[in-house]
Amino acid sequence: MPLLSVENLHAGYESGGRLLRAVDGVSFAVEPGETVGLVGESGCGKSSLAKVIMRLISPASGRVVFDGVDVGGLKGAPLKAYRRQAQIVFQDPFASLNPRQSIADILTAPLAVHCLVPRRERLAAAGDALERVGLPREALSRYPHEFSGGQRQRLGIARALILAPRLVICDEPVSALDLSIQAQILNLLARLKAELRLSYLFISHDLSVVRYFADRVLVMYLGRIVETGSWQSIFTRPLHPYTRALIEAVPTPGRRRHAAPLSGDLPSARNVPTGCRFHPRCPLATPLCTQSDPALRPLGAGRAVACHHAPEEALH
Amino acid sequence: MHGTDTFPTGSLAAKSLATDAEDRAAAAALGAERAPAPLPEPDFWPNVHAPDAARTVTADVARLAPVGRRHALLVFLSNPTAVAGLLILAAVVGAALAAPLLFPDDPLEMAGRPLQWPGQNPRFPLGTDALGRDVLAGLVHGARVSLLVGASATLAGLLAGILVGATAGYFGGVVDDVLSKLIEIFQTVPGFILLIVLVAIAQPSVPAIALAIAAVSWPQVARLVRAQFRAIKEKDFVAAARALGFGHGRIIFREILPNALPPVIVLASVTVATAILMESALSFMGLGDPNVVSWGSMIGTGRDLLRTAWYLSAVPGVAIVLTVLSLNLIGDGLNEALNPRLGGEG
Amino acid sequence: MAPLIDVRDLSIAFSRATPVRGLSLTVEAGETVALVGESGSGKSLTALALMRLLPEAARIASGEILFRGRDGQIHDLARLDDRALRQVRGRDIAMVFQEPMTSLNPVLSVGQQVAEVVRLHEGLSRRAAFARAVELLDLVRIPEPRRRVGDYPHELSGGMRQRVMIAIAVACAPRLLIADEPTTALDVTIQAQVLDLLDALRRDLSMGLLLITHDLGVVAEWADRVAVMYAGRKVEDAPFETLFGAPLHPYTRGLLAASPRLDAGQHYSAGPLAEIEGSIASAAGEEGCAFAPRCPNARALCRAAVPALDAVAPGHLVACPVATAAAQREARHALAFG
Repeated sequence: MPLLSVENLHAGYESGGRLLRAVDGVSFAVEPGETVGLVGESGCGKSSLAKVIMRLISPASGRVVFDGVDVGGLKGAPLKAYRRQAQIVFQDPFASLNPRQSIADILTAPLAVHCLVPRRERLAAAGDALERVGLPREALSRYPHEFSGGQRQRLGIARALILAPRLVICDEPVSALDLSIQAQILNLLARLKAELRLSYLFISHDLSVVRYFADRVLVMYLGRIVETGSWQSIFTRPLHPYTRALIEAVPTPGRRRHAAPLSGDLPSARNVPTGCRFHPRCPLATPLCTQSDPALRPLGAGRAVACHHAPEEALH
Repeated sequence: MHGTDTFPTGSLAAKSLATDAEDRAAAAALGAERAPAPLPEPDFWPNVHAPDAARTVTADVARLAPVGRRHALLVFLSNPTAVAGLLILAAVVGAALAAPLLFPDDPLEMAGRPLQWPGQNPRFPLGTDALGRDVLAGLVHGARVSLLVGASATLAGLLAGILVGATAGYFGGVVDDVLSKLIEIFQTVPGFILLIVLVAIAQPSVPAIALAIAAVSWPQVARLVRAQFRAIKEKDFVAAARALGFGHGRIIFREILPNALPPVIVLASVTVATAILMESALSFMGLGDPNVVSWGSMIGTGRDLLRTAWYLSAVPGVAIVLTVLSLNLIGDGLNEALNPRLGGEG
Repeated sequence: MAPLIDVRDLSIAFSRATPVRGLSLTVEAGETVALVGESGSGKSLTALALMRLLPEAARIASGEILFRGRDGQIHDLARLDDRALRQVRGRDIAMVFQEPMTSLNPVLSVGQQVAEVVRLHEGLSRRAAFARAVELLDLVRIPEPRRRVGDYPHELSGGMRQRVMIAIAVACAPRLLIADEPTTALDVTIQAQVLDLLDALRRDLSMGLLLITHDLGVVAEWADRVAVMYAGRKVEDAPFETLFGAPLHPYTRGLLAASPRLDAGQHYSAGPLAEIEGSIASAAGEEGCAFAPRCPNARALCRAAVPALDAVAPGHLVACPVATAAAQREARHALAFG
């Protein structure tokens, strides 16, 4: 049974009088011990999706099922129990820690709220959490502003792990960090995953990082998943034209000064094109694409594509 | 340990004004000075991201880095006008506290020959009024009233304002709509007129006056607190608290309120000043508590003798000016200390 | 001919720190030079210094910025007075910043902001400036420029705003364009468009382009030469093929090893990424090489004195005596046995 199962989720919000469909019919699953990478550009809905899964915003329709339980309707004690199982690491290390609380406060508060550890042992537990992420116990008496971005991100990870969750949503955890620190944090996350037997939903706009870190990859565009596959297959044989364009757009050594693969702007979720959402920018668009919205078609071997013109079968 | 971020043995983060976060870090890495702890500004324009966001590099763990409150205190004390304000206020408070010791008799009682000028009689350093009452005794006792009213009115106003503002800002929706309308109603009625009406309805006693002033002051606090809550509520660390299962109470009081308070503290100091002015105005018009001497009442009774014995109004007037000034200076100093601007010396 | 801009031994100081020390850099007309570094490297301060836009608290402590102006004369920008600088800024040297939303005036339309520059430096009439603004918006590939001229910054997407910034920058056909992280805040598909645009403009206007970035992929694809900065100093300077093919400085090598590449076969299941241990903070107070605390090859001589930039090969400078010695040994070896 998958650890997390998202079923036909729709979520949006009001903005300027119009309905913004941030998440427009998303279904996927995360198996225990898996890292699912969710990749997409601004406005694709990946952050909204994370918030719905974390019960921070309510979906308009659809289900989020964790360990066989529909978490959408949970309240009180069962909701708190869910919170112990699924946690989140945020993108901005400078905004994700309360500047007025010491590290000790930040780390012991969750233990207090969930009554997991008796009071006199909480500080020790917080110290253990720090050591697990590679920070010294002395950090407990410090305040967030005394730490660098990379260290704050470690603190955020320590906080997310203190309740011993099974699923951790990483919402762009390394995007705001320097290159050399990114590697440290990615290695830390990988090590923790093995040590603590975690599953990750790893959200990022950086394809190189997703390719390195994910087992399976979901590509999102304007609120929908347009392609799924294993990390090897998605990057060696992308099927959806958007996935191909994304991969081509990443500047890499070995390819000099090539033309941008996609012209035009990212459309806003306020004006979703009719038919296939990608058709205004798609090099393969045909009249069919303007009329009919392709569904996410499974192709076997864990592959799925939402495109009228993608090949019928997944090859190796 | 592989991958450990080691704490540097170098200096503390530098206090710099680089326009770019990284350059501040560069200055920090190579510099040797204490960093001001920049507190986050509320995100009023979330789509605008200033590249000079407040970022500091790791401080040495072994050394004591100034933390929030301690640092704010240092900044405040290094500001000469703020310290001056503090000293003046301390003098006023000292005088108010010493009043029953220095002048144990009722200041409203006749004490000596009337209309003596300040300096004329060593027994009455600031002279006497038309009824022979000691002006200095009145001044010192009046300080008690002014400060008492100022402090209690502000406290009550803060309490009400924070409760309403926090509730409106945090819960949003219908609750916010209703409470905002309530705030608006109170704000659209001219403050002083409302004050007069309230005092006229109730008995003009010190507690009643204090409550009435609180009723006029709370809307401003509520608006500020509401705005702060609305902004801070969207921050990631609040989302983290919700994701960790914290209840509303804990989030409001432990997560958001401590971050919302700095501008409220500044407003509080100014509110005390305004409260003192309002009380003085009421007393001046004869609407104050008739059983106590207040600076306003002293000015009021001295009004008819402005041409001959102008010291009767001037002395309490100066007292009001000095007290209000000191509170404003303190307010400015608090603003500097609690909301450090990203400007200044590198 | 002298390079378009020749920065010699530039040091930028605050009152208690010197975030940029002894930096030397050249950019020729028509070439793209990338200035690479992470937080704390001083790269953005360097860019601001070239435009003399340093914050009040900073000053150019030493060095020269020799710029070849329109008249063919060489001027030291570090010593020009305000009036002369205003002639240069926006006209001969222009800058594109990272965050277009804060770099554009929110209360003026984009057309007005572009026209403003042209009117100021070229004294055009309002109508002529307006027409030129439309041309420039077209030049930066904004669709329907005539319609967009009246739009305000908040009505445009991030990519569009960045294009407007670029239009403002190239309005007077500057000889040198400094782009400070121009695409960091943009999505990858938009980033590709903007970089393509910058390169096209560089070619068409024969500008020198100084590209400041932390993204090695961008550097690999678009730069001709690369200068790597660490803690305020340049540590390596090489043509792009050399930098990616045979980097010498341990920091450069560490950066390259630490970044997962799309075209490489790395995966976390096969092992961790090669890390650079520690952080930039370790450079504080270092007497010798700032990178030594984090360097796997550090020797005693590294901490004794700041390493000078050695020319290992024509056009390839490295500030690492250990790496230089190793490279020279290999070269002799190859010569002897090759």
